[in-house]
Amino acid sequence: MLWQILWQALQETLIMVVASTLIAALFGLPLGLALACTSPGHILENRVINKLLGAIVNVGRSIPFIILMVAIIPFTRWLVGTSIGTTAAIVPLSIAAIPFAARLVESAIFEIDRGVIEAAQSMGSSPWQIIWKVLIPEARASLVLGLTITTVNLVGYSAMAGAIGGGGLGDLAIRFGYQRFRGDVMLQTVILLVILVQAMQMLGDWASRKLSKR
Amino acid sequence: MIHLKGISKTYSGARAVHALNNVDLQIPAGKIFGIIGSSGAGKSTLLRCINLLEVPDAGEVWVGGTRLDTLTPRELRRARQKMGMIFQHFNLLTSRTVAENIAFPLEIAGVPAKERQRKVANLLEIVGLADKAQAYPAQLSGGQKQRVGIARALANDPQVLLCDEATSALDPETTKSVLKLLQSINQRLGLTIVLITHEMPVIQEICDFVAVMENGIVQETGPVIDVFTRPQSEAARRMLRGTFAQNIPPELLHRNNNGEPHRVLKLSFVGERAHEPIISQMVQHFKVDANILFGRIDQMKDLPFGMLVIELVGPEEQLDQAVGFLESQHVELEVLV
Repeated sequence: MLWQILWQALQETLIMVVASTLIAALFGLPLGLALACTSPGHILENRVINKLLGAIVNVGRSIPFIILMVAIIPFTRWLVGTSIGTTAAIVPLSIAAIPFAARLVESAIFEIDRGVIEAAQSMGSSPWQIIWKVLIPEARASLVLGLTITTVNLVGYSAMAGAIGGGGLGDLAIRFGYQRFRGDVMLQTVILLVILVQAMQMLGDWASRKLSKR
Repeated sequence: MIHLKGISKTYSGARAVHALNNVDLQIPAGKIFGIIGSSGAGKSTLLRCINLLEVPDAGEVWVGGTRLDTLTPRELRRARQKMGMIFQHFNLLTSRTVAENIAFPLEIAGVPAKERQRKVANLLEIVGLADKAQAYPAQLSGGQKQRVGIARALANDPQVLLCDEATSALDPETTKSVLKLLQSINQRLGLTIVLITHEMPVIQEICDFVAVMENGIVQETGPVIDVFTRPQSEAARRMLRGTFAQNIPPELLHRNNNGEPHRVLKLSFVGERAHEPIISQMVQHFKVDANILFGRIDQMKDLPFGMLVIELVGPEEQLDQAVGFLESQHVELEVLV
């Protein structure tokens, strides 16, 4: 009986985390690349765009998640047709994770030795070729680590999804463990979360090591 | 081959830095041209002006009859594909194997995969790294990395190879072998090499021409042998002084000789002159004694280059005649005392 509830909650957490991680990566990568490449002295230096994107990202990152979740309910309803449930929770989770991921992408790109970019320019590479053939491949190990951090972060955020009926392990811990004084459920969900985060981190570290040829 | 006209570049900032100040430079085709100067002299900026990695504030950049500084970005990228460049810190892509690094400029230029493979194999052969094709740069030594850099720079059959302190991060032994490789490439492929360095021995080893830079200005330029034997500028003399340490102890220069007149001379010999017995001829002709204080002989690319510091002791009149004789023998002569 209890394991069924736990299994159900774990599935909900995984759906929320995996879906929002994918969406965050999809939008965060280009946004982070744009942030890095338009920065002063980089391949597509553009002060105005850089400042604008930076401001948007900072606003996104400074809103507390619980408030963001409630604030964008109309947008969520418009986008997925409902404002409650697991699917609805994916929308605010993604929106919170995009600027976070973008900053991680930006710093991963900044890690690349400027000399390597200069070498590519000296060979006549276009900015587009530099992005695809130099920046992304050279940063891949850092990007995977950034993706891991984003995922783990989203596990934490997803615990708040109960506020809009998103379900998941965090919600289970609050409703059963805390509100019904079920210490055993609280303990089991927490153990499950720890294992989940640990597994994600190990997987990410392993993949990053595999990709790094430095 | 390369003609820089009136190149100026200033870095603005809290304190404006005049990196280049109205520099004119002609670099002949098929030669190895060295630019030497201490750090901050502007040589690195000058080199980057040739492929416009640095855009000069004023002046014209001509390479192979094309003016580069007025090209559109697209045209400039095409022109850059015909100019190879190697770097002090190699700047290889860490995520690519040796073979993939060499293939990179070919991909950029849109060379088909089959052709790329053939060229990469050939280039690996040229730089002697055929067995390292599948290695990653992190697994290579500094010298091997620079060989990959050279192979990569040669991939698109450039007319010009720009070398940015290419041997400064290498040990002397590796430096020699990389310089040998550059020299053989210059001879075999006939491409023009421009290199910048702060090390005189690099110039001495492989360069045909040299430009001496200081404070963003080319102080002196000419064939290496001329600049080495007859430096005209103070900057060139300073650079040379560091290389050929010729610190003769002052007490030796100014010793008394029991009141007998003496002269201390510095003689430089180049090429065939280095083989002729000029000193013994002088001693036979004039009543002077010669005492060798310091001597060395170097190889300058293919020419022997000797330097000798001697002290002559004898009657004043004989000394003058001996010096006159040496001058008539077309040896470079400098009277130190």
